Amino acid sequence: MATTLNHKTSNLGSIIAHHRDAILHAWSRDMIGSTRRNDLMKESELQAQCQQFLSLLQQATSQGSNIQAPAYDQLRDMLTEISRTRAIQGFNSRETAMFIFSIKQPLFTAIRESLGKDAAAMAEEIWLTTEIIDGLGLYTTEAYIKTREDTIRRQQEEMLELSTPVVKLWEGVLALPLIGTLDSARTQVVMESLLEAIVQTNSKVAIIDITGVPTVDTVVAQHLLKTVTAARLMGADCIISGVRPQIAQTIVHLGINLLDITTKSTLSDAFSIALQRTGIKFVRAQKKESVE
Amino acid sequence: MEKIPILRMGEFLLVTIQVDMHDRLALTLQDDLTNRISETGAKGVLIDISSLEIVDSFIGRMLGNIASMSRVLDAQTVVVGMQPAVAITLVELGMSLEGVRTALNVDAGMELLRKSINGHEEMEYGSYFR
Repeated sequence: MATTLNHKTSNLGSIIAHHRDAILHAWSRDMIGSTRRNDLMKESELQAQCQQFLSLLQQATSQGSNIQAPAYDQLRDMLTEISRTRAIQGFNSRETAMFIFSIKQPLFTAIRESLGKDAAAMAEEIWLTTEIIDGLGLYTTEAYIKTREDTIRRQQEEMLELSTPVVKLWEGVLALPLIGTLDSARTQVVMESLLEAIVQTNSKVAIIDITGVPTVDTVVAQHLLKTVTAARLMGADCIISGVRPQIAQTIVHLGINLLDITTKSTLSDAFSIALQRTGIKFVRAQKKESVE
Repeated sequence: MEKIPILRMGEFLLVTIQVDMHDRLALTLQDDLTNRISETGAKGVLIDISSLEIVDSFIGRMLGNIASMSRVLDAQTVVVGMQPAVAITLVELGMSLEGVRTALNVDAGMELLRKSINGHEEMEYGSYFR
């Protein structure tokens, strides 16, 4: 069977060699109609890709039809690169896959011209070609999706880093404005960065502002409690601010005990308590009135 | 045998843990410390754990126990300089060391002790900032 395959596929290689120009011409003409995006990619670039693909396909098919074989390494590398750049350029998955699938018709035409007299050989050749092109198309789509997933993962990581800034409000007073939903992974980062900052800045009070947290459920409350307790163990006091009315209701309905923790409705209230605790008093300059 | 030194500073005792705690050492410390408190009549104990990087539930409980024992012997205990990783571990173990007072560093801990000795009515946790 292997020899038959090799024999048949080596045919495809020579067919491509014979009809190279016709295939290229028909292929790029087809692409104009279906999937070409002049706004995203230059014509010359696309032509170069087509030519390179066809040469590599010709080389590879002359050595078998198994697209996982080493003979296809170069071709697969090229497709990975194409999918990667197209994912970045903004092509959608359909447009990326159609780059490969649109070569089918020109190839079939070429096969028919070469083997038109031998129906059985033609059917065999077309089947093999379909198999190869489908395999390559799927491979391209996989590579495309992988690139997109990598992008999403990278963005998630960046978001995780960016979303937990610890800011210093005053000597000995830190604030941690939380934005977005808290899950276990994020809370771990939040907790660690807050505690590290407490050590680094020698802060006695830390304010956790949850104005930007959309919902507080038992898990989130649990995480907050843990962070506050850990900070207390290190010798710092935690204040939770930005508790909205709905959140206050939810917390009480869920039966979460936040009694041991100072909670304030706004960051400014929390800040003034924090200053009071660090022993700082503000006095109005002219009237000399205490602004506590 | 290995021992953790207990230093006397006026009416306070200062314990600096600079080696990895193992169970035997912890028990020895508990023994020595309670003896020293009753010998010297110390009013406060300051335990510096800033070099302690690994804790388990036993060490955590021991810290709590030492604090309770000191209180029975009429001495305040302050634990200072806990590392973030240690704090997280203790919280994850479910030990919040209720009743143990904490401070960021030795300075803050000493101030806390002095305050609590001067004003005995402010003995509950939370008196730190007043």
